[in-house]
Amino acid sequence: MTEIISLNYTLIVVMIGAFILGITSGILSSFAVLRQQSLLGDVISHAALPGIAFAFLFFMTKHSLGLMIGAIISGWLGTFLVAMIVRYTTLTRDAAFGIVLSVFFGLGIVVLSYIQKLPSSEKAGLDSFLFGSASTILLSDIITMAIFASIIFIVIILFWKEFKLLSFDRHFMSSMGFPTERLDLMLTWLLVIGIVIGLQMVGVVLMSAMMIAPAAAARQWTSRLGVLVILAGFFGLISGGIGTLFSSYIPHLSTGPMIVISISVIMVFSLFFAPHRGVLWHWYKQREYQASIRANTMLVNMLLFSESATDPYHCHQLSALAAIGRGPAIKAMKELSNKGFVHNPKEDLWGLTPAGFNQAKRLQQSLDHDS
Amino acid sequence: MSIEQIYIIILACLVAGACSLCGVFLILRRLALISDAISHSVLLGIVLAFFLVQDLNSPLLILGATLTGVLTVYLIELLFSSKRLKKDASIGLVFPIFFAISIILINLFAGDIHLDQDAVLLGEIAFTPFRLLSLWGVTLGPISLWTMGIIFLLNCLFIGFFYKELKLTTFDPHLATMLGFFPVGLHYAFMTLVSITAVGAFESVGAILVVSLMIVPASSAYLLVNRLSHMLGLSVFFGILSALLGYALAYFADVSIAGSMAVMTGVIFLGAFIFSPSQGVLVKFFLFQKQRLLFATHMLLIQLLEHEGTQSENTENTISNLVYHMKWKLAFANNVVSHALEQGFINRDNDTLRLTSLGREKAKRVIVMDN
Repeated sequence: MTEIISLNYTLIVVMIGAFILGITSGILSSFAVLRQQSLLGDVISHAALPGIAFAFLFFMTKHSLGLMIGAIISGWLGTFLVAMIVRYTTLTRDAAFGIVLSVFFGLGIVVLSYIQKLPSSEKAGLDSFLFGSASTILLSDIITMAIFASIIFIVIILFWKEFKLLSFDRHFMSSMGFPTERLDLMLTWLLVIGIVIGLQMVGVVLMSAMMIAPAAAARQWTSRLGVLVILAGFFGLISGGIGTLFSSYIPHLSTGPMIVISISVIMVFSLFFAPHRGVLWHWYKQREYQASIRANTMLVNMLLFSESATDPYHCHQLSALAAIGRGPAIKAMKELSNKGFVHNPKEDLWGLTPAGFNQAKRLQQSLDHDS
Repeated sequence: MSIEQIYIIILACLVAGACSLCGVFLILRRLALISDAISHSVLLGIVLAFFLVQDLNSPLLILGATLTGVLTVYLIELLFSSKRLKKDASIGLVFPIFFAISIILINLFAGDIHLDQDAVLLGEIAFTPFRLLSLWGVTLGPISLWTMGIIFLLNCLFIGFFYKELKLTTFDPHLATMLGFFPVGLHYAFMTLVSITAVGAFESVGAILVVSLMIVPASSAYLLVNRLSHMLGLSVFFGILSALLGYALAYFADVSIAGSMAVMTGVIFLGAFIFSPSQGVLVKFFLFQKQRLLFATHMLLIQLLEHEGTQSENTENTISNLVYHMKWKLAFANNVVSHALEQGFINRDNDTLRLTSLGREKAKRVIVMDN
């Protein structure tokens, strides 16, 4: 095992990058998902591509700072155009998203294909922005990433209260006199920066998943914003780590898809197994509820039977009682006898116990009360 | 122009035509980003079907890919209806998983498949002429031309045949249900059609640019006309126009054909966005200016009426007061005054302004909000 995870220098650099990426995108995704802007990440990451390509044409270098600035500008331009389209036309937001992301991506592809034809030695590796590549990450890239990430952390901590209010009740917030539009813009800027940080590692095509999945997974476990943000950051960190590790050891494996698959596994697991919101939890609760309805129905039915007889604890055959079908009736009887509400002196003969009689009376009264 | 180029141009037009036909209903039914999801996830179907049949030209590939497209739509709706995620988050989660899995499969078995990452994103329309269909020893032209031709025909037939049903379920799904139509069935039939089209177009233009051909021409048409039939026609026209212009751009600048087509759809959309007579930015700008002038003229009349016959009349009812008091710019104030003069509402004596009897009437009417 130690041989496999030998801590060489490159791997450490890459892992730090993956951790930064995972945490920032986890935190930002929380706000994006809560504000129903999940797909804005998709738009920004695609819209960043022409920025990267133009920045390369302009600076003729693959140094990450220049490319990131290009990406940030064109990513922001993309969101601006979406806002313009939504404001001036009756097209829906998703239509505006689709238009901007596909056209910007097309433009990026055109410029990239132009760069491919240039006689320059530097151009190799620009493709890694499409699907991400851990192996091309340098220490200088990590430093740039770390600087941008710290800006994001600081702003989020400083404006925590404002962003919280913005995510949950923006109308109330603007009635309190907060500049909601400016805060909105600020959060969008952070989203753009966060996405651009991840582009080199995850790639423009799948970066959008990092702006949804961590928060969507964390949301299943908690309903508190603080916990959500921390948990989403943690999920992002894990998936970043696992994804990078795999793609470093298996040749030809793009990093982006590996990270996305890791976070998706966490997501699917959370969807099924999280307490309170998970599918399994829900299924179990529903069964419990059904069983209690079944038992209660049976109890009230038995009370109706016993009222016609002189002895309230008189036993009846199951076939007479089984208005809800024989199978469910047997299950209901088992549950009731466990609670001591019914007894069966003979095979197939069932009657109320005094405790069951009282319970049935109470149920009937509450039913009458409801109707 | 060589026969190869003509093949490519015809194919580009067929792809654009088929996509922009689907696009009209995608836009109107507010499913724009579903096409993004479908176009990404059909790749998984193509890759898996390829592993099964080991033949890239098999019709099974199209079948498998179409199925994954429909499955994506179903999964998105399932996630959304489980109430655990919002609609946009559901869309943004499902397709990256599918896409990531297929990219990893392609990465791992790169030697076996002639698909590679670039082909997935860029399409390979330029290679069209080299893959010819031959039956019984007769060469019948490129395979993709035949597939795309059939898909285009299928689109025309489907929309022609179900025109009435599509129209009704698009604009009034509730009425359609009441009248005994089956909107859910039609929805999935339409999603199947979108998937088939996406699969066909995928090979030529790649996953992301399919979205531009589906959504953007239809959006441009949406901004310009208000009848479904006109929108269909205009959308196809814009689609084919962008294909032709895109090919020309790609040919002269020696860049990616698919990317250029996407850029051209964007250029046409930009034109529609700016110049549309009903929703264009330009029209809205002029309308806004006109309303601003109208409102300012009314303000001027009220101001003159208020101070008419008072002591301060000579200081209040002057152009310099408009600049000082109303905080108008001098040029704007002059503009408003000359507009009011033109309408015959006021008389001007150097700096001083006086209402005419017509202006007095108008001002009184404006005050009681009856203009």
